[in-house]
Amino acid sequence: MHSLDFDISHSLAGGLVLISFMMLYQDRLYSLLNVFALHAVTLSLAVTWQAFIQDAPHLYVTAAIALVFKAIIIPVALHRIIRQLGIHRDIETAVGIGPTMLAGMGLVALSMVLMLRVTAEADALAREDLAFALSVVLLGLLVMVTRRNAVSQVVGFMSLENGLVLAATGAKGMPLVVEISVAFSILIAFIVIGIFLFRIRERFDSVDVAALDESRGERR
Amino acid sequence: MVVISDILVQGIQMLLVFLLAPLLTGFIRKVKARLMRRKGPSILQPYRDLLRLLRKEVVLADNASWLFRATPYLTFAAIWVAAALVPTFATGLLFNWTADLIVIVALLGTARFFLALAGMDVGTAFGGLGSSREVMIAALAEPAMLLIVFCVALVAGSTQLSTVANFIASSQVGLRVSLGMAMIALVIVALAENARIPVDNPSTHLELTMVHEAMILEYSGRHLALIEFGAFLKLLLYISLIACLFFPWEIAVFGAGPLSYVIGAAMYLLKVTIAGFLLAVFETATAKMRVFRVPQFLGAALMLGLLGTLLLFVSKSL
Amino acid sequence: MLTAVAAQLVCVAALLGIAVLAVALSRAKAATALVYGATLIVCALALIGALRALLAGTGADEIVLPIGLPWLGAHFRLDALAAFFLAVVNLGGAIASLYALGYGRHEHAPQRVLPFFPAFLAGMNLVVLADDAFSYLLCWEFMSLASWALVMTHHREPGNARAGYVYLLMASFGTLALLLAFGLLAGPAGDYGFAAIRAMPHAPGEATMVLILMLLGAGSKAGLVPLHVWLPLAHPAAPSHVSALMSGVMTKVAVYGFIRVVFDLLGPPNWTASVLVLSLGGVTAVMGILYALLEKDLKRLLAYSTIENIGIIFVCLGLALAFQANNQTLAASLALTAALFHVFNHSLFKSLLFFGAGAVLVSTGARDMDKLGGLIHRMPVTSVVFLIGCVAIAALPPFNGFVSEWLMFQAVLLSPSLPQWGLKIMVPAIGALLALAAALAAACFVKAYGVSFLSRPRSEAAANAQEVDHFSLAAMVILASLCLFAGIFPGLVIDALSPVTQQILDSRLGAQSHLPWLSIIPIAERRGSYNGLLVLVFIAISASLGYLAIRRFSSHAVRRGPAWGCGFSDAVPQAQYSPDSFAQPLRRVFGTLLFAAREHVEMPPPGSVKPARFSVEIHDLVWETLYGRIAGAVDTASKRLDRWQLLTIRGYLSLVFATLVTLLLVLAIWS
Repeated sequence: MHSLDFDISHSLAGGLVLISFMMLYQDRLYSLLNVFALHAVTLSLAVTWQAFIQDAPHLYVTAAIALVFKAIIIPVALHRIIRQLGIHRDIETAVGIGPTMLAGMGLVALSMVLMLRVTAEADALAREDLAFALSVVLLGLLVMVTRRNAVSQVVGFMSLENGLVLAATGAKGMPLVVEISVAFSILIAFIVIGIFLFRIRERFDSVDVAALDESRGERR
Repeated sequence: MVVISDILVQGIQMLLVFLLAPLLTGFIRKVKARLMRRKGPSILQPYRDLLRLLRKEVVLADNASWLFRATPYLTFAAIWVAAALVPTFATGLLFNWTADLIVIVALLGTARFFLALAGMDVGTAFGGLGSSREVMIAALAEPAMLLIVFCVALVAGSTQLSTVANFIASSQVGLRVSLGMAMIALVIVALAENARIPVDNPSTHLELTMVHEAMILEYSGRHLALIEFGAFLKLLLYISLIACLFFPWEIAVFGAGPLSYVIGAAMYLLKVTIAGFLLAVFETATAKMRVFRVPQFLGAALMLGLLGTLLLFVSKSL
Repeated sequence: MLTAVAAQLVCVAALLGIAVLAVALSRAKAATALVYGATLIVCALALIGALRALLAGTGADEIVLPIGLPWLGAHFRLDALAAFFLAVVNLGGAIASLYALGYGRHEHAPQRVLPFFPAFLAGMNLVVLADDAFSYLLCWEFMSLASWALVMTHHREPGNARAGYVYLLMASFGTLALLLAFGLLAGPAGDYGFAAIRAMPHAPGEATMVLILMLLGAGSKAGLVPLHVWLPLAHPAAPSHVSALMSGVMTKVAVYGFIRVVFDLLGPPNWTASVLVLSLGGVTAVMGILYALLEKDLKRLLAYSTIENIGIIFVCLGLALAFQANNQTLAASLALTAALFHVFNHSLFKSLLFFGAGAVLVSTGARDMDKLGGLIHRMPVTSVVFLIGCVAIAALPPFNGFVSEWLMFQAVLLSPSLPQWGLKIMVPAIGALLALAAALAAACFVKAYGVSFLSRPRSEAAANAQEVDHFSLAAMVILASLCLFAGIFPGLVIDALSPVTQQILDSRLGAQSHLPWLSIIPIAERRGSYNGLLVLVFIAISASLGYLAIRRFSSHAVRRGPAWGCGFSDAVPQAQYSPDSFAQPLRRVFGTLLFAAREHVEMPPPGSVKPARFSVEIHDLVWETLYGRIAGAVDTASKRLDRWQLLTIRGYLSLVFATLVTLLLVLAIWS
């Protein structure tokens, strides 16, 4: 029942969930970026493996996009942004790391219970991929919710998108166009956020998103 | 006849761990020294230290109780028994059936319980400090350990170390990311339990962040020798445990004959050497963390154990 | 020849007789010795009867007495489950009486204890024997009231009156929940006999309601979080032998009630029920021991640790429910065996520890650990048996606490065979919680023993402590040896428990006592085995080997000197590690979130000669958020109603009139 195919894709997808956890654990911006690059590399490996076993050449393109954009360009760009803006390199967490990881564990358990129950008819690989993908998405959201710093929120957002890609590759027959458009929308989002970061920085001398709240008068 | 050969092989194992433990520590110290471009003491130095300590007189605090004097013997015995229960070069030894992994962990817990009490006995600030931090670390390491046990037991269907080792060696396991996670978690737990860097520093004596050394500060002479020996044994035990659970290759099955015992022993020595080397490299490359970072470090082990278990559920049920 | 159940009832009658006698001669000098001696004998006889009924396995034995409700009578029944709990009750009762033969002499108002002590024991016996809802509730209430009277023994001491008040409130609440549960169980037909309830099918919704009500009713008596608030107030307030009975035995009677209703009367369970029991148990275990860890009153620490152990027992029961709901009866019987084994163990070591705390109280007059220390030098026997109790409760081999914990972990490890995903994922997490609780328990008892028995005396009284009398010591030594015995011969206990699982789950673990070397193998040898005896023997052999080698080869010189402490020898004993400072690391890790703990350091500016101050602020969030609000609501409501108290005559009359009209209206609409 357990072919090597399944075991390898299981390991890669499981590794992706694990790396999402590593993001929750980091408390330095640079190491967060490195972990994010690792996340993207693992994703591209997982996608490559899917392309190989599903015999779907268009997935290689997806893998290449993930590798080039997310594992190389975006982390390098973010590194530069941090250096140029002189952002404080500690991540300020809104919630402690321990409770965050516990919450993350709960989310993973939740997504597994949910996905495995809902997708009872699908084949094993797809079920598993969907379960893991949902975990990665939820963990990405968790990173965004629990971090105060705008850069780490961007990273959370990107890792969330990685989860989406994983789900897309697991479900066979996702057209290439959709994937490319997703990838580009992410890129555009990244650019927008990048500009946005510069603007916040110019304005408030900090990238703590709490500064934004203050300017809207939400925090009194 | 069978019983006699059983006892013989078991005796050899007990003797092996007894003789090997100080050597391992000496080896690690040597490698660390070389990595720092120091010459370092000979790898036999721990034996000499122990013998020297045995010859020294014991200085007891005025109000030290019988518990303080009995603890070194008790902890040494508990750790030695636990170390004898972990398969090293062969599985299915006589003692292996008296206790499973949970019992081994609990035996180490007994040793720690008495050491922590002894730390409180004299009533100095250092003893209390060491004890209270030691129990904190233990309290965080224990749940992680249980999840590791759970993960391994889920793969092998047993908590009996011999069974687990034979099962994993039998290559029915395939590629399991969960076992990898469990292994990393076990390494983290082992670092914490053995008071190694980054949780504690085994070579400090006068820093406020220390844990284990503060607890045993009042010990001297033969008592200190026994406690140090216990610590050496514990390190070897954890390395044997990691080797037996995750790298049980060439471990001899019980009754397989002298040749496979010899091969098993040679492989065991090799595994221990590699593990010692890696530990030395890791310790040289890492800095010690603040005491209140330790909960996060051990929390990571807990998460790894839980995540490994969850992933295992998924892959087993599909 | 009396039947077994009749013999037990005779013992109960004898206990009630002793209670009456105690009222009569409460002023007499010999009353203490007489009452406790008689209780000891009766409890010992009842214990023998219960053990015979349990081990002979002769099946159920019933009797109906023509008292109580005229159409129902009072049903009493002795089956394996009842026999086991009777054994626990009477073992605890007998040893507490033995202890009280010595301890009771220090009581300054014996007439406030003597009548209620046998009555309390009689009440607990009757609850376990009762076989219809009416007598069950009546006996339950009798037990509660007797124990309340014992809690109020020292009613003039600060805090005790409040403890009694809270206890009374919670006990009434619990009884109310039980009343509703039995009402639901009896159904519209209203047949309150247990036999009739057992025979009746119960709808799933109704069963869930009964389970929740039982968790409220039995759980409040046992001390499940968040219904535990009365327990750490009431248990320590009573005299120590009564505290031992309340913590070690009465909580077990509550567990009995839960097992009786949920496993025996309610029929096959639903798996969702187990989720509730498991999560409550897990939370209770961890919260209980964290409370204990932050406590510096020795007896209250023990009471909080009771809460932890109740949590462990309920987790085992939840596991048993989960397995039973999926028809995995062997695994269910493993979990139930673990629960019952832990019930037995906890009754042993908690009694032992409370006796020890009582001995400390007698010889130093202090419960506050900040005033203790160094007792190991002055109370040699007490310190050894208390140490055994600590090791046993910390679940360390080779004592009994470890065996039940080990069985429980074996049951946890069987959980992957459950088909429900929710349970599959939840049980390992609960297992991790239990491991955390076990490790915290070890930390907690290192603190308790280290601060009160080791280190230097922190007060004059502790420095001049004396060993206690022989009766107390005998009681503690017996309990300590039982702890060791159950730890190294667990197979015998497991075999003794098998009639109970046979009765309830129709399945049992394999017979253990004939296994080679007295190992225990719950499921299969490949899965896991444990041998307490051999572990003990191995430790003894290697310790003696080490000792002999050292005697042979090393120096024997011993020099006494002042403590080293890196040159910083603390001048005053008060500067030693205190209970609070010992708990500091764990308080920082867990307390910030769970207890809103904050540390305040007040450092005077340089040059000032004012002392620096350090204070810790801890909030009991359960009390503040739950009970504080309820109390607040009651307060506001009563203030509102206050206005109605001083009305004119006309006002009162119109109130009565309005009520009458409303009732008539209701009647008119209803019918």
